Amino acid sequence: MRKMFAVIGITMLLLCSASAAFAAAPIKIGGLFAVTGPASFLGEPEKNTLELLVKEANAKGGINGSKIELFIYDTGGDATKAVQLANKLIKNDKVVAIIGPSTTGESMAVIPVAEKEQIPLVSCAAGIKITDPVKKWVFKTPANDHVAAEKILIQAEKLKQKNIALITVSDSFGSSGREQLKQMAAKRGFKIVADEVYSPKDTDMTPQLTKIKAAKPDAIICWGTNPGPAIITRNIQQLGIKTQVYQSHGVASKKYIELATAQAAEGIMLPAGKLAVFDLLKPSDPQAKLLKDYNTDYKKSYGVEASTFGGYAYDGFQLVAAAIRKGAATAAQIRDGIEKNGRMVGVSGIFKMTPTDHNGLDLGAFEMVRIVKGDWVIVK
Amino acid sequence: MELLNQVTQFVISGLATGSIYALIGLSFAIIFNSTGIINFAQGEFVMLGGVLTIFSLNVLHLPLLAAILVAVAVTTVIGLVFERLAIRPLKNATPLMLIIITIGASILIRGLVMLLWGKDTQALPAFSGTDPISVAGATLLPQHLWIFGVTVLVIIGCRLFFNHTISGKAMRACSFNRRAANLVGISVGRMVLFSFVISAAVGALAGVIIAPLTMTAYDVGVMLGLKGFCAAIMGGMGSGLGTVLGGLILGTLESLGAGLISSGYKDAIAFFILLLILFIRPQGLFKKGETERV
Repeated sequence: MRKMFAVIGITMLLLCSASAAFAAAPIKIGGLFAVTGPASFLGEPEKNTLELLVKEANAKGGINGSKIELFIYDTGGDATKAVQLANKLIKNDKVVAIIGPSTTGESMAVIPVAEKEQIPLVSCAAGIKITDPVKKWVFKTPANDHVAAEKILIQAEKLKQKNIALITVSDSFGSSGREQLKQMAAKRGFKIVADEVYSPKDTDMTPQLTKIKAAKPDAIICWGTNPGPAIITRNIQQLGIKTQVYQSHGVASKKYIELATAQAAEGIMLPAGKLAVFDLLKPSDPQAKLLKDYNTDYKKSYGVEASTFGGYAYDGFQLVAAAIRKGAATAAQIRDGIEKNGRMVGVSGIFKMTPTDHNGLDLGAFEMVRIVKGDWVIVK
Repeated sequence: MELLNQVTQFVISGLATGSIYALIGLSFAIIFNSTGIINFAQGEFVMLGGVLTIFSLNVLHLPLLAAILVAVAVTTVIGLVFERLAIRPLKNATPLMLIIITIGASILIRGLVMLLWGKDTQALPAFSGTDPISVAGATLLPQHLWIFGVTVLVIIGCRLFFNHTISGKAMRACSFNRRAANLVGISVGRMVLFSFVISAAVGALAGVIIAPLTMTAYDVGVMLGLKGFCAAIMGGMGSGLGTVLGGLILGTLESLGAGLISSGYKDAIAFFILLLILFIRPQGLFKKGETERV
């Protein structure tokens, strides 16, 4: 008797899944974002952006006639949770592609799952380790940290600044930036005269900066996300340090100027994603229109300006959508589609994925800006 | 000379950070002294002080002084409600249970603030400008003077209250022996409530005066609370002055450690010292009552 039930059950299951496949099946896409927790400044705009894009796509009747079904989970910035949820997305929700996770740590933890289950993963984290070395199923949309680092060092070279001081945050973003800066500075013949770190929750960095001041650098490069760099900027003003300061792309938002105060931030240079300065771009810039539209749509739906971080999910979805538009439906087809996508204008830059480059961005992803009177000015 | 100037800066920065720790440590000690509870929601009171001031300033458009008063008052009420709802109903709870309740409360408060005011870091304008003041080759900000000043006032206030008023003495009596205090007619429950009210007010005040320097967000309470807790433990959780010294020592060592040894080990140095103190003087933490009964 029990056996019969099982047989009936299995047959019914088979029938159900078969009939689902015959109808114009929705394409299931998963999102893994750190919507809460310490990395929520990344996860929240990413989730909002993805939801917005899917809503727009479905309102237009889906992509190639198939609706998108979205499954988003909150990882809380926790790598263990991210792995569990990735498995859930793949095994329970049967998604064909995953966008996220938000942080490098989570992405590294989820990569083995994506590789084993053969599901394309488009990470929204910046760490270079994610796509270097290239992994078959893994892509990422934020530009590599070393692109931003290189941009800063090229600017320092132009200004003939030889001795540089580093002050970096001790989380994964900061240590990745610190490594890249040190490596590239050595290659380009810079001398690192001070190498200081601070914890993400530190409230006073004057000890580190006093040490940097004594080392007499030509330039100070700070690598972190708010509020640390804002506190550092204020501390630099307090200590009366007149050295040129560079910040990373991690603070390329007006929020940073507001926290640091325009007076203390005057003259600081940083590589900014183009979204931060879209209204300063020439109309001929290929990204100008897309950035403006994204910002307008985001503002209309959520009442705040779009952020670079949301742009990572935007590009992730566009990559997947482009593959689907070209007829991809299964995980393997989507993976191949992303890799063979060719040139694509996105929020973070102009992507050109190849089998040997699963990020596809170059130095053009950033624009060097200077803070003048509390606003951005593009450095020529 | 160069090194001397540097060390002066390290010490001054350390003392400034240390007095923040001291103030928060003090608010830990106040509750511990009358209840034997370590209130791990203390950092949240600090956060509420800062966040509520910014809210009153930017959204309600109150002048700075009024905004501060509103923030401290509201936080005090939250402290009062917290004691009434979460601590008082548990008549025979062990200190451990109560401590865990405070951890729960801290998560709740943090979550609510995040939902109500978002996750963005915000800064309060400095009370009296941001022009650095130069002292013996080192610099500090006017806001640091505010922090020093308020810390001194709070210490004097606590000392007068605990040593020279009936309520203060009654609260100390509760900390020595609750049953005996009850027998001589002290309402222990009321004293516990008092301690939460005072502690919330001191915590909020600390949060307000540091917000222009350290900025504030829903999650700043965790680390500040932890550092304040260290300060309180270093001071043996007891007298006001010990805690203040604990905070100043912690801040100075952190700053000197970051400046002279390695900034990467800054927190490690601080927590190493904490462990050392716990090894050498474990009675400072939970068994205070026993040592004093001798």
